[in-house]
Amino acid sequence: MIGGPSTDPRSAAPGTAIPTRRNTELALLGFAVLITLAAQSIVDVTVTGSLRPELATFGGWFAALWAVLHLVVRRFAPYADPLLLPAVALLSGLGLTMIHRLDLAGEQVGAAAGSEDAPVQLLWATVGSGLFIAVLVVLRDHRLLSRFAYTLALVGLVLLAIPAVLPASISEVYGAKIWIRVAGFSIQPGEFAKICLIVFFASYLVDKRDVLALASRRVAGLELPRGRDLGPVLVAWALSILVLVFERDLGSSLLLFGIFVVMLYIATERASWLLIGLGLFAGGAFFAYQVFGHVQVRVDTWLDPFAYRDEGGYQLVQSLFGLGTGGLFGAGLGGGRPDQVPVAKSDFIAAALGEELGLFGLVAVIVVYLILVERGLRTSLVVRDAFGKLLAGGLAFAVAWQLFVVLGGVTGLLPLTGLTTPFVAYGGSSLVANFGLVAILVRISDAARRPATPPAPPKQAIGEAPTEVVTP
Amino acid sequence: MNAPLRRVAISVLVLFTLLIVNVNYIQVVRSDELREDSGNTRVLTEEYSRERGSIVVDGTEVALSVPTQDTLTYLRQYPQGTTYAPVTGYYSLIYNSWQMEQAANDVLAGSDARLFTQRLADLFTGRDPAGGDVVLTLDPAVQEAAMAGLEGVTGAVVALDPSTGAVLGMASTPTYDPGRLSSHDPDAIRAYAAELEAMDADPRLNRAIQDNYPPGSVFKVIVSAAALASGEYTPDTVVPAPDTLTLPGTSTQLRNFGNSSCSSSQEQSLIDALTISCNTAFAQLGIDLGEDRVREMAEAFGMTGEGLEIPMETAGSSVGDIESEAALGQSSIGQRDVRMTPLQAAMVAAAVANDGTLMTPYLVDQVRAPDLTVIDRADPEELSEPVSAEVAGQLTEMMESVVANGSGRAARVPGVTVTGKTGTAQVAEDVPDHNWFIGFAPAEDPQIAVAVFVANGGGTGGDTSAPIAREVIEAHLEGQGG
Repeated sequence: MIGGPSTDPRSAAPGTAIPTRRNTELALLGFAVLITLAAQSIVDVTVTGSLRPELATFGGWFAALWAVLHLVVRRFAPYADPLLLPAVALLSGLGLTMIHRLDLAGEQVGAAAGSEDAPVQLLWATVGSGLFIAVLVVLRDHRLLSRFAYTLALVGLVLLAIPAVLPASISEVYGAKIWIRVAGFSIQPGEFAKICLIVFFASYLVDKRDVLALASRRVAGLELPRGRDLGPVLVAWALSILVLVFERDLGSSLLLFGIFVVMLYIATERASWLLIGLGLFAGGAFFAYQVFGHVQVRVDTWLDPFAYRDEGGYQLVQSLFGLGTGGLFGAGLGGGRPDQVPVAKSDFIAAALGEELGLFGLVAVIVVYLILVERGLRTSLVVRDAFGKLLAGGLAFAVAWQLFVVLGGVTGLLPLTGLTTPFVAYGGSSLVANFGLVAILVRISDAARRPATPPAPPKQAIGEAPTEVVTP
Repeated sequence: MNAPLRRVAISVLVLFTLLIVNVNYIQVVRSDELREDSGNTRVLTEEYSRERGSIVVDGTEVALSVPTQDTLTYLRQYPQGTTYAPVTGYYSLIYNSWQMEQAANDVLAGSDARLFTQRLADLFTGRDPAGGDVVLTLDPAVQEAAMAGLEGVTGAVVALDPSTGAVLGMASTPTYDPGRLSSHDPDAIRAYAAELEAMDADPRLNRAIQDNYPPGSVFKVIVSAAALASGEYTPDTVVPAPDTLTLPGTSTQLRNFGNSSCSSSQEQSLIDALTISCNTAFAQLGIDLGEDRVREMAEAFGMTGEGLEIPMETAGSSVGDIESEAALGQSSIGQRDVRMTPLQAAMVAAAVANDGTLMTPYLVDQVRAPDLTVIDRADPEELSEPVSAEVAGQLTEMMESVVANGSGRAARVPGVTVTGKTGTAQVAEDVPDHNWFIGFAPAEDPQIAVAVFVANGGGTGGDTSAPIAREVIEAHLEGQGG
């Protein structure tokens, strides 16, 4: 594992100052804030004809948020990857802009009062920033997380299970039983469960990967794992099926199982796990299609949305109309009718972006995600410890996989599922959880890029770091 | 673990590429199809978000857009209700647009090339783009008299300015309220449309231009023109006018209206034959002239089978197939396959009134930009010259006689020389006849040419249609200060 690419900062001679690239991050954050404010101004002028005074408050708050986060990273993770935070800033800024734009559209058609969702989302971004800071301040070394792997697994499972056992009046929205709604607050615990389970997977798989990778039987030219090693895979599979059955949440089910199988593959380097995972998934999907009406509806409307344009396919068809009308250059911010797509603020925000920013805008957004994910995967390549590698890889892939499933759904590439577009879509739990996810990535990237001989010895030596298994 | 991580990184790249390819497919390849899909209301709301131009008659807006509070920013209104419905048509969410709303859509919606500089200016000044206005040639007094005259019957009136071709009036009944088809409530629109559809005669059909009917004796003006133009006839030429005419090659007996006798001598002058609308005389005259001369004259008057754009598209008028001399005889009195739109009938009168020159009819006098500057003005054009001024004068003399002494007495206006020709067209057994009247006035200085058509009126053109023509002529001449 030692001896990565020559650009690896750790290959620098001891004593040489390693650039932290914090100023690059600051410049990029400034750029992201500027783009966001420009976009908000365009929305205001296009829709209402003038700039709102609230724009100053929003702009100040939004800029301050990233300034604070930047300072925290400077202080607590100075070697962190300089692209992660700006990518998140740009995505959440675009998300806030689009939510604000849809707020205005709601006011125009005289929708019920209280559709001011952008300020609420900014508040959630602030809460998310709090979580981000807390993670960086409290978690000085990501390896500490592996100590709590089983606790986090338990927490994750409980979070995942809560909505299933709660009465539908508290937990069900649009048919998916994935919420906890109390006193005006709604939380999707599954978003947090996702991170807890990824940490657990990483820890568990690092512990067991030798067994999972080596002990095998050869059957028909394929290296198959021993029956008992299949256990965790089957458990994860069963878990995702349970989520599908009890919470009618196609998206989370697909998300969790996909992440698990890919992490298993990364840990064991054995493609046979992918095939087994794919087989189990195909079986599960076929079973679900046969048994569950709502899965059948999703698949049927995916195959021919226009045949169900007034029923199950309505959302998707409206989304496609928006995207198609946007065309190459889009209708311009504030110039389209993204509010015609149901739940445009959350599930279908990508369609809204595509309608108003056009193909070029939407592809640019996808590329920003790609940068975020690939920087995460790069962190995973560079970091020294196996747990960090697997964790960073899992988290980065989780973002990629979630975006693929959501955007694939909104654009008709895949059957529609109920997942949110990370950082962009309206929704507190998703935003806060994803801030936490990025905080862990930032923490690992700091460890990855930190020089082997630190310029200054850390105040607290980490004595308890587990020894690492070095594979050839 | 680095090898699988690299593969995962590449897989992510592949997944995102799939997304990008798919988005390209939707936003580029399928873009037009999705944009134009009938279920996509975006184009519609965009259309409704621009202030559509007005349709103006004599300084009054007969169709205009007013701002609303709902999603569709502007609502189309028709303050005069049913009066201008045949001309304006409607602008409906569900049934698209109709008549002038449809024909002048580019101007009204603001996409017409003549409004280009205006749009460019809007772009730079940040003003909301708006459509241009269409100013019609209609005379409100004529339009109101025509619609009032047709009340209670199914029919149409077209009035033209003979010297320019400007349409002074265009009425069609039964009529409807275009506002109710142009509301923002789809259910109400559908309900009203169903109500209209259930009626015997659909009010949305503009009978003045969109349908053609057998003209009956009105066609005798064209046969007279053909006769006079041949040089072999004058109004005083005596022609055969038997009580019954056996059509050549058949045993069919052609009779006069009500089996009456045209003349005790079985012959009369051409002017007298027209005055009392003698069928046998004109059937024989047509046969004597031959198919070519009758057909050529009809075509010169506009009966080419082709429609016009005024700017609405009109139905064509023609004499149809004439396969025998017997058929020619029947065609010569406007029966068989001869078909005319009321517009075409008015054009016949207008050509005679205009010294034999037929002007192309038009409804749009001016096109105005949203700031009211006139960007286009109608330029009257000659369509054809069916007869010489001399023949036109002879025809005028004959048509004067129709109103003064003959079947068109009901069209007389005190102090004004009115010319005319009545028509009573047989449709089928047990179905009431169509009633026509065409004419112009004053004979010495024609200001207005008019055609009145009453479908299945049951009486004669003289009883039913001529009085309506009189009211229309009076309304116009009073407005002119005459």
